[in-house]
Amino acid sequence: MILPFLIIIPLLAAFLITLISGGRDSWAIVFSILAVISLLALSVFSFLSTGSQTFIYEMSGWKIPLTICLVQDALSTFMLVIVNLIALTSLMFSVSYIRQYSAPWKYYALFMLLVAGMNGVIATGDIFNLFVFMEIALFSAYALVAFGGKAEEYEASFKYAVMGSLSSTLILLGIGILYSATSTLTMAKIAEILPTLDVKLTYWVGAIFLAGFGLKAAIIPFHAWLPDAHSSAPAPISAMLSGVFIKSLGVYVLIRLFFNVFGGVAVFNEVFLVIGAISMIIGVFLALGQWDIKRLLAYHSISQIGYIIIGIGLATNLGILGGVFHLFNHAIFKALLFYNAGVLEMTTGTRDLRQMGGLAKKLPTTSFTSMIASLSIAGLPPFNGFFSKLIIFIAAIQAGRPVYAFLAGLGSLLTLASFMKMQRYAFYGKENKDADKTLAKVSTAMKWAMISLAVLCLLTSLMVIPGIRELTLDPVVAVIMNKTGYIAEVLGR
Amino acid sequence: MKPSEGMTLIVKTVTRISVWLIILYGIYIILHGHLSPGGGFAGGVIIALALLNVLLAYGRGFITRWLNIGFLHDLESSSAAIFLAIGILGMAVGGGFLANFISHGKLFNLLSSGTIPLLNIVIGLKVCTGLFVVVWTLAIFHLSDKGEKQ
Amino acid sequence: MVIYILCFALLLVGIYGILTKRDLIKIILSLGIMGYAVNLMFILFAYKRGAGYAILVKDKAVTAMVDPLPQALILTSIVIELGITAMLVALAIRLFEKYKTFDITKIRRLSG
Repeated sequence: MILPFLIIIPLLAAFLITLISGGRDSWAIVFSILAVISLLALSVFSFLSTGSQTFIYEMSGWKIPLTICLVQDALSTFMLVIVNLIALTSLMFSVSYIRQYSAPWKYYALFMLLVAGMNGVIATGDIFNLFVFMEIALFSAYALVAFGGKAEEYEASFKYAVMGSLSSTLILLGIGILYSATSTLTMAKIAEILPTLDVKLTYWVGAIFLAGFGLKAAIIPFHAWLPDAHSSAPAPISAMLSGVFIKSLGVYVLIRLFFNVFGGVAVFNEVFLVIGAISMIIGVFLALGQWDIKRLLAYHSISQIGYIIIGIGLATNLGILGGVFHLFNHAIFKALLFYNAGVLEMTTGTRDLRQMGGLAKKLPTTSFTSMIASLSIAGLPPFNGFFSKLIIFIAAIQAGRPVYAFLAGLGSLLTLASFMKMQRYAFYGKENKDADKTLAKVSTAMKWAMISLAVLCLLTSLMVIPGIRELTLDPVVAVIMNKTGYIAEVLGR
Repeated sequence: MKPSEGMTLIVKTVTRISVWLIILYGIYIILHGHLSPGGGFAGGVIIALALLNVLLAYGRGFITRWLNIGFLHDLESSSAAIFLAIGILGMAVGGGFLANFISHGKLFNLLSSGTIPLLNIVIGLKVCTGLFVVVWTLAIFHLSDKGEKQ
Repeated sequence: MVIYILCFALLLVGIYGILTKRDLIKIILSLGIMGYAVNLMFILFAYKRGAGYAILVKDKAVTAMVDPLPQALILTSIVIELGITAMLVALAIRLFEKYKTFDITKIRRLSG
């Protein structure tokens, strides 16, 4: 069926790119664009044809408790659509952006491995397989952060690599403890056996997984690698990292483990609420004082992930709907913002906001899409950010926790302030007279990538309309809240 | 004899004799992966260490003349592609990805248990060439001044 | 029981090394020690009292065997850590070329 192809196609593309391209990158571009377009078509097709059913694919023809299974339900196909969509726009953006570095064909091979790893994490139903695919994606991320060859990029990549492998070792420890207690690796069977054991085991393993996957998702005690890594990477890779990587490896796995395997334990929901609120507020405060444009966007990533974690932690239908919808929206407008930052860096040669100014006339597409993205992230109607933040706000009030609703509103206001500062310094305001002439031109592919994401910013706000919402977002929420349904579907085949 | 590269004469002579034995032992471990402990990864590491032995004893210049590093790059990528091709063949025959579609044979024979010896050989090739190329890239770093990423 | 405590102590030694050492190479070695500790813990979980190794030999009768699945998991984990160590060492060489030191308190251009 469809699921194994989502992992085979990027792996095959990565190995063929390494084999065929001699020193130029023309074959690499052809292979990678073909691969990502077919991946996006497959994932959209599988999302529309899954609906609220669940399909299982067993690898190597063995039966379920003995083999690795791939699970295709509403949540995993939803995440697959997000990942492959942002991957396609990132590839379109990077075709001319990467030419300024040396050996661009290596970039495409690593990019394909990154996409293969993320697809594998989302599609799998076996916990050790999740660890292996997570490591594949992390390798490529470490190498891609250091791709430019400057001193700061090596430092950022080293910091990221050490912290990432520390958390991976913790995750492996958690997997070992879980295996020794339940003697199976399939996530559905663990979910079945776990309530019969001591509840302290769930707390221990939950704490270990929260630390491990929390570092991948960059929630507040574990966020220290994110500003350096996301600001030193090349712009399309920053978009991929901030847009889908921390969500696919961090937030998606947290949702899958804490709701479908552990079953929504009340203590962890409280922990999610507290950590989400702290991430939201501290992220925005740290971003207010930044003058480096990519570091500012990276701190805002921490803050918006805090929104998603609050939505998840409320554990009501409306809260999870808000969290998942905000996950989708954030991928779109954060990727768009990072593309704009990349264009700004490419045309002015600097990342410092104080040295830019008055670029709205020279870069019309960039400034227009940047205004759309800034209004989306601040939460102004009619863009998609407004609807998802509104849903989280209402869900917090309905669940009887008005403090979190107040903090969400406060965070939104500060985000608006921070982005208005960015817009004023970068695009409007006095032009920097002693700056260089425009260093490079913005190519057509880059413009199309940015325009398509800006259009999607408007279109996805239509997903709140009840008719479309039942088609797209409600099955996802149903899968998350329904632990016994997950076990029955996976083990019943 | 040139007094420049590599180690002393005793080390070079012993290496010249023992490297072939180490490679033979590595091939034995790869081929018997389904009958005894070891398999593709362990055998691949042993062969890579034999080549690393030659690198340490004879120096960087000698190993660049003796082995064709471009060929090793191609061998590495094609082994990975062959692994995926065997998996896809399993799917085409109808069992699922990486299904065991060749007949399983008798127990304890060398030519038994389906696709497992083939996969062991492919993994052994990839690990050996991959590990050696990584170590060679780290060792050759000071010779050339252009940076090579990975 | 004592074995598990010693294995956990090895993990703590690794964490101590990452947190307090200032040399890049010592941090890489401490990450290796942490990996060894977790692999050892997997093998300890797989042991059954009085069972033999998990390989069929032609003339021996089949008795109780230890759990072979964690051994396969550990092979995968060792391969992954090998890759991580190789990448960290390559990064350390490049960092030395750019910053001229291995001391991590001096490699600090990104901050704030």
